[in-house]
Amino acid sequence: MSGAADRPADLKESPSQTAGPYVHIGCLPNHAGLGGPWAEDLGARPFADDAPGTRVVVTGCLLDGTGTPLRDAMVEIWQADAAGRYAGGGAAGFARRASDAETGLWRLETIKPGAVPGPDGRIQAPHLTLWIVARGINLGLHTRMYFPDETAANAADPVLGRIEQTARARTLVAEARGDGVYHFDIHLQGEKETVFFDV
Amino acid sequence: MSDAPFVARDRAWHPPALSPAYRTSVSRSPRHAPISFPQTLSETTGPVFGHDLPGPRDNDLIHNFAAPGAAAIGPRIIVHGRVTEETGRPVPGALLEVWQANAGGRYRHRKEGYIAPLDPNFGGCGRVITDADGAYHLRTVQPGAYPWPNGGNDWRPAHIHFSVFGSGFGQRLITQMYFEGDPLIWRCPILQAIPSEAAVKTLIATLDMRASVPMDCLAYRFDIVLRGRRQTLFENRMEGG
Ligand SMILES: [Fe+3]
Repeated sequence: MSGAADRPADLKESPSQTAGPYVHIGCLPNHAGLGGPWAEDLGARPFADDAPGTRVVVTGCLLDGTGTPLRDAMVEIWQADAAGRYAGGGAAGFARRASDAETGLWRLETIKPGAVPGPDGRIQAPHLTLWIVARGINLGLHTRMYFPDETAANAADPVLGRIEQTARARTLVAEARGDGVYHFDIHLQGEKETVFFDV
Repeated sequence: MSDAPFVARDRAWHPPALSPAYRTSVSRSPRHAPISFPQTLSETTGPVFGHDLPGPRDNDLIHNFAAPGAAAIGPRIIVHGRVTEETGRPVPGALLEVWQANAGGRYRHRKEGYIAPLDPNFGGCGRVITDADGAYHLRTVQPGAYPWPNGGNDWRPAHIHFSVFGSGFGQRLITQMYFEGDPLIWRCPILQAIPSEAAVKTLIATLDMRASVPMDCLAYRFDIVLRGRRQTLFENRMEGG
């Protein structure tokens, strides 16, 4: 067996394995009640309190094929700032949330991202990128959340435009609940199955 | 930092979403094929965590939850290795977060009901950031195997969960490390969901006597590979010239 240093530079990605039922121990130890050495879980606050932009609240649930909420999942969010810029070499715009152990709900206070440059000079509509792991999910799921009050930008978005079945594109648009609150349910299966991406 | 797109993921190398022998996957697996699109900044960039993030004992699970002067119970081990891209290029600054059961096979979690006892001096999680060469090391106790509700009598082989942040959100990966020689590896529905034996073997850490510490701990080597980035012509010329 050869070590990493003398292997040819044509390796295969390490195969994914499920995050299992206890992902919160490793990734959200304070949430998991471990009472460990860390003051705050990683991704607790996506932006500094004084970051410019419109404050929004995003809530959501992950639902399995029977419509049951997942209560052991972890959702990671990666987003641009209000000007449509991603943190250059920092973690601003990153958040991590756990599904509530009783209700399955997660909740994120953030700022609304700006439009982000896309391929070929096109502009992407404001969106959050989400990555979902849980027991029973063998490879983390990538998806996006778009805003319902961005009708024109969403219609011109190059990624939403890739979805041939336009009815399915609607699974990526959150529901406005007023006062800057958006709700985004993710369906892993069934008639309302959310669009997931092979990025 | 490069914003070049990642090489397409070989999804046939990974366990399929629907793996019926792993029963929870049946109701949690999407049935539509995932949709691909040309990667954008949303996929090629990602959070970067500084070397000041982990505290001095974050990579020492034997002590990071232990009372002063105390230590976790179990076989003491070092786990070390390198994080590289598929191209062989090291990934410096990668954040690895790990979690595991204690030496008896019990997790410190409110929903965990296995009869093995908790160890008051063991939390079961830690983290480390790779150095300039992509290398990392951890110190922990060897986790125990544990039973889980799936088939009638399924046991997880001893394992450590790894969450890996590379240099872009599209590289995000969670996997598990197993131990050389564990007969449960070849009986585990979660591990056997991986289609090829060659792929399974890349998740099995090997005993590394050279890195062991006499009269203290054994060592296991576990290398992690993340998706490579497509090289631009400019980068090729830089490296070739
Ligand atoms: Fe486990």
